[in-house]
Amino acid sequence: MSNVHVKLKVNGQVMEGLCEPRTLLVHFLRENLNLTGTHIGCETTHCGVCTVDVNGKSVKSCTMLAVQAQGAEVLTIEGMANADGTLSALQEGFRLMHGLQCGYCTPGMIVRAHRLLKENPNPTEDEIRHGIAGNLCRCTGYQNIVKSIQHAAAKLRGEEFLEAAE
Amino acid sequence: MIPGSFEYHRPKTVSEAVKLLKKGKDARVLAGGHSLLPMMKLRMTDPSALVDLGGIAALRGVKKVGSKIVIGAMTTQHELLASALIAKNLPILHEAAQLIADPQVRYMGTLGGNVVNGDPGNDMPAVMLVLDATYKVTGPIKSRAIKAREFYKGSYETALKPGEIVTALEIPVPGKHGYAYEKLKRKVGDYATAAAAVVLTMKGGKIATCSIAITNLAPKATLVEAAAKTLIGTAGDDTSIAAAVTDARKVMDPANDTRGTPAYRTSVGGTYVARAVKSALRRADR
Amino acid sequence: MNDMSPNKAEREAKLEGMGCKRKRVEDVRFTQGKGNFVDDLKLPGMLFGDFVRSPYPHARIKKIDIKKAMKVPGVLAVLTATELKGVNLAWMPTLAGDVQMVLADGKVLFQNQEVAFVVATDRYAAADGVEAVVVDYEALPVLVDPFKAMEKNAPVLREDLRGKMSGAHGPRKHHNHIFEWAVGDRDLTDAAFRKADVTIKELISYHRTHPSPLETCQSVASFDKIKGELTVWGTFQAPHVIRTVASLISTIPEHKIHVISPDVGGGFGNKVGAYPGYICSIVASIVTGKPVKWVEDRIENLTSTSFARDYHMTTEIAATKEGKVTGLRVHVLADHGAFDACADPSKWPAGFFNIVTGSYDFPVAHVAVDGVYTNKAPGGVAYRCSFRVTEAAYCIERGMDILAQKLKIDPAELRMKNFIRRDQFPYQSALGWEYDSGDYHTAMKQAMEKIDYAGLRAEQKRKQADFKAGKTREIMGVGVSFFTEIVGAGPSKNCDILGIAMFDSCEIRIHPTGSAITRVGTKSTGQGHETTWAQIIATEIGIPAADIMVEEGNTDTAPYGLGTYGSRSTPVAGAAIAMAARKIKAKAQMIAAFMLEVHEDDLVFDIDGFRVKGLPEKFKSMKEIAWAAYHQVPPGMEPGLEAVSYYDPPNMTYPFGAYFCVMDIEVDTGVYKIRRFYALDDCGTRINPMIIEGQVHGGLTEAFAIAMGQEIRYDEGGNVLTGSFMDFFMPTAVETPHWETDFTVTPSPHHPIGAKGVGESPNVGGVPAFSNAVNDAFGFLGAVHIQMPHDYWRNWEAAKKLGVVS
Repeated sequence: MSNVHVKLKVNGQVMEGLCEPRTLLVHFLRENLNLTGTHIGCETTHCGVCTVDVNGKSVKSCTMLAVQAQGAEVLTIEGMANADGTLSALQEGFRLMHGLQCGYCTPGMIVRAHRLLKENPNPTEDEIRHGIAGNLCRCTGYQNIVKSIQHAAAKLRGEEFLEAAE
Repeated sequence: MIPGSFEYHRPKTVSEAVKLLKKGKDARVLAGGHSLLPMMKLRMTDPSALVDLGGIAALRGVKKVGSKIVIGAMTTQHELLASALIAKNLPILHEAAQLIADPQVRYMGTLGGNVVNGDPGNDMPAVMLVLDATYKVTGPIKSRAIKAREFYKGSYETALKPGEIVTALEIPVPGKHGYAYEKLKRKVGDYATAAAAVVLTMKGGKIATCSIAITNLAPKATLVEAAAKTLIGTAGDDTSIAAAVTDARKVMDPANDTRGTPAYRTSVGGTYVARAVKSALRRADR
Repeated sequence: MNDMSPNKAEREAKLEGMGCKRKRVEDVRFTQGKGNFVDDLKLPGMLFGDFVRSPYPHARIKKIDIKKAMKVPGVLAVLTATELKGVNLAWMPTLAGDVQMVLADGKVLFQNQEVAFVVATDRYAAADGVEAVVVDYEALPVLVDPFKAMEKNAPVLREDLRGKMSGAHGPRKHHNHIFEWAVGDRDLTDAAFRKADVTIKELISYHRTHPSPLETCQSVASFDKIKGELTVWGTFQAPHVIRTVASLISTIPEHKIHVISPDVGGGFGNKVGAYPGYICSIVASIVTGKPVKWVEDRIENLTSTSFARDYHMTTEIAATKEGKVTGLRVHVLADHGAFDACADPSKWPAGFFNIVTGSYDFPVAHVAVDGVYTNKAPGGVAYRCSFRVTEAAYCIERGMDILAQKLKIDPAELRMKNFIRRDQFPYQSALGWEYDSGDYHTAMKQAMEKIDYAGLRAEQKRKQADFKAGKTREIMGVGVSFFTEIVGAGPSKNCDILGIAMFDSCEIRIHPTGSAITRVGTKSTGQGHETTWAQIIATEIGIPAADIMVEEGNTDTAPYGLGTYGSRSTPVAGAAIAMAARKIKAKAQMIAAFMLEVHEDDLVFDIDGFRVKGLPEKFKSMKEIAWAAYHQVPPGMEPGLEAVSYYDPPNMTYPFGAYFCVMDIEVDTGVYKIRRFYALDDCGTRINPMIIEGQVHGGLTEAFAIAMGQEIRYDEGGNVLTGSFMDFFMPTAVETPHWETDFTVTPSPHHPIGAKGVGESPNVGGVPAFSNAVNDAFGFLGAVHIQMPHDYWRNWEAAKKLGVVS
């Protein structure tokens, strides 16, 4: 099968590469574009560590062909930090609230949380848990991930994050 | 993890898509890709060509045409959930869509993709059965319409002929109605251990019309006509519901898998039919 | 005198030493996708390897045809056992004293066993190559039931062991028998049972499951033909051990093997041993002269790498009618799969299962374990098990509840009656362990108060009456779990891995300008060592943690260590870190004395430097001392400021905890709701409370999954039914309960900083809490022991068996 030329915008920058029609978007990002922040954890579209943002949608990049992203605007973990290099509200929230341990689910989790907060800037805990139900984590038990997202959401709304009493 | 090789096409029109499907001896439609690509990655299916319908704008969107809601087959679950038209006219679609998979899959998974495979685990077929939906189909020879109630033949067996594409779903608007889609699953993202769809209307305190369908409790999504008939004319009291549940259990033939034994699934299948009926009755009163 | 003037408090805070919730150093790179995981590595000319695997659980291999595969564009080679035999690597030694096929040699013994290794220019070509290899199998009868493994006509699995009447752990009773291991006093225990007022006996099974870290196992091997040096990057929890093993099984001397564990995406015991993938990537690199990467899929990970548990424990407890336990007798049937690849210390074929006396003062006990082969994947020790401690804890905690039910005594009360008392520590258990410290009564009382245990039991009583009266279809359970576990392997006198004692190590070097680098023999896979090891040094030496770089995982630079698993890092390496720090502190004291022109005995260590006693203004900070170490040391002293410590622990450590699970179950559907989960842990000195809490949350989530549905299940034909995330239960944020954590602190008396380790406790203590909750809920309806896992459908089947649903 002949190669296809895929050209798209990733984190605001135009990028391109040659790949096969069957090349998965996650492999295109990691191998062709050397953006290895997006990870792979399963082959049945369950774990979500490959989550990126394509044209404003959270997508599991292991279940999308690179060629389907032709001309798309893609956001990956590498594009999450602020323009001046400081950590975004979400990245800082995860750091302050201990929302990660091994770091493997973190890129997909943060990129998904980014879209979640755009869908709903003031989510309840239940809405957050349902909102990240497509992203598995083995280390944290999710509780501090929820707090991390709440922290970021508060900051983005210009509020202070007040932890719920246990 | 890696699919086999294939030719990739992204036509701009439906007729172009149909032509491409006819050409490739093993060509398949690519809709949201979240049923097909996982199977290809496990090498369970190996099409020679994929015809990506993602570039055909005419296949997307929700509109009201007369007394029907027409939904383009490529409309995603996420788009369905965002549609005010659906919220107002067919709230059962929202209830069901919210229970499908997870947020990422809903951004990509299409209504067409969910109804067309004949996978007994998909949720929307049972919903289409109770709504008496019609699938608009375009093929190499002609266009036609197939009623959902005539579409499902068996496990992965449907009335769709090779080379045909479902382009839209037409659903008559029920008017004031009670509805429910109740789904028991092991976790978010799982297929149903048991699920039931119910749509009913009331008249003078009695059930006037009623449709009940079940998901993943038989080799195909199944309209349970006997159970619905049992409820019509009753007030939806516990005894009538229990009788309907008995009828429903009679047509259940669930697989024996890690979700549970057939005995279990038939039992909870009946329990969930009852729950769906009760929820539908509560909503019918509003 | 507690002089915490603002200045002192400020100086201490600046150090970010032990006890504070220091934010993690690792997070800066992980939150930006700048981690350095194995599959991120790209080397020039790198090839990719992938396995052909057997669909048959037990079959002879008649023929492997690679012709079609070799024609696939990009495929360069296909290795089979034949090629590996040429370099004596078709089989490899396991950590348990057995041997394991690297590639199938004449037959396959479990579904998805490795048969051939396809090497290609990229992973897509390798996948195509795998599809193109044609293997002819001849099916053989399958053995999956461990209870049938030692029947007279059971299928012969290990033809390579034919005629071998003994194995690494002693005599073998049968062709499918691996070992028998026994400990305790059989005669005294039998006598206790004979005269007991009350006894219980129950088969308590801990089903097979899998640690399933989100990153699968992977390696990149690069053999430099010119230098004769091998470099291997891999997902290794114990990189030094991998290096030594690689040296022993290849012809490459150890100093020419460089093993590097970069960032690892979760281990949980899945990444301790050596897998065929590592060996094949190494051989392929040697054969092709190019770097070779191997990355397994999830299905491969779940069905061929080290599983966890699969212990079938016939449990007996003897007691007086007042509820004082008088004896414990356990027989375990251990299903090890096709090869004994258990990652246990070598003298412990059943790990530390003999911790099974738990938190209770058993005067006598006896344990016997029989390990058997079956047609399943190898492994057994993994998943936060502390070497079979999860199995032991489940056994005794279920056992105590069953005893409580028979005696009609409340389960918490029964435990309190039998706890080892604080004054009994150090405590010699009837099965040979010396527990270092504990205060069980205090912990239990605190926990019971916090959850209002009495209130919960009163509520349960009311709900039971309502259920019997037909007012509700919901039952309520309160699961109690009071575990004592054993970690910190371990003292050289009885702990070794392949003959290497299980010490650990730390090297610290202070730079002239006062910052430092430390290298440790452990390997974090999410535990935050880059953050916590610096906290220990900060408190010990008085240098801010932020000024201490922590490195692990590079075998060339890190001193020899036995790696991270079994919660051993803090007990063993944490001790080495403290000891190395104290060596530096001692030298620093001498330098300070020289600088201040006093005797070193006139100095006292004060947070971040040394002060002259009685002359508080005479002070030298560690920063000043560091500089002095490089230009102004006392005559006769070597310049520089560094130290190495290899720590051989005198004993294991014994963390403990009190966990309570409140659960409601709807009998008609089997659907449960975890209303509340409260976990009190005592891990001794707490280095970073934030990290401890994170570890507890994660371990409890694993325990929840295991107890409530996560299993590696085989059908009668030996086919894996739960080989992917479709059916292998991995809870999302929606199913996972809310965790309440609490603590007490009972330091370990033999540990330099009194710390015990905590990573595995939540899995050890968590599973019994969940399982006891389910059993406690059904107890009033007549259930004695409902086996795990407690899926919805199994809860319903249990209800059906009790006649509660039709």
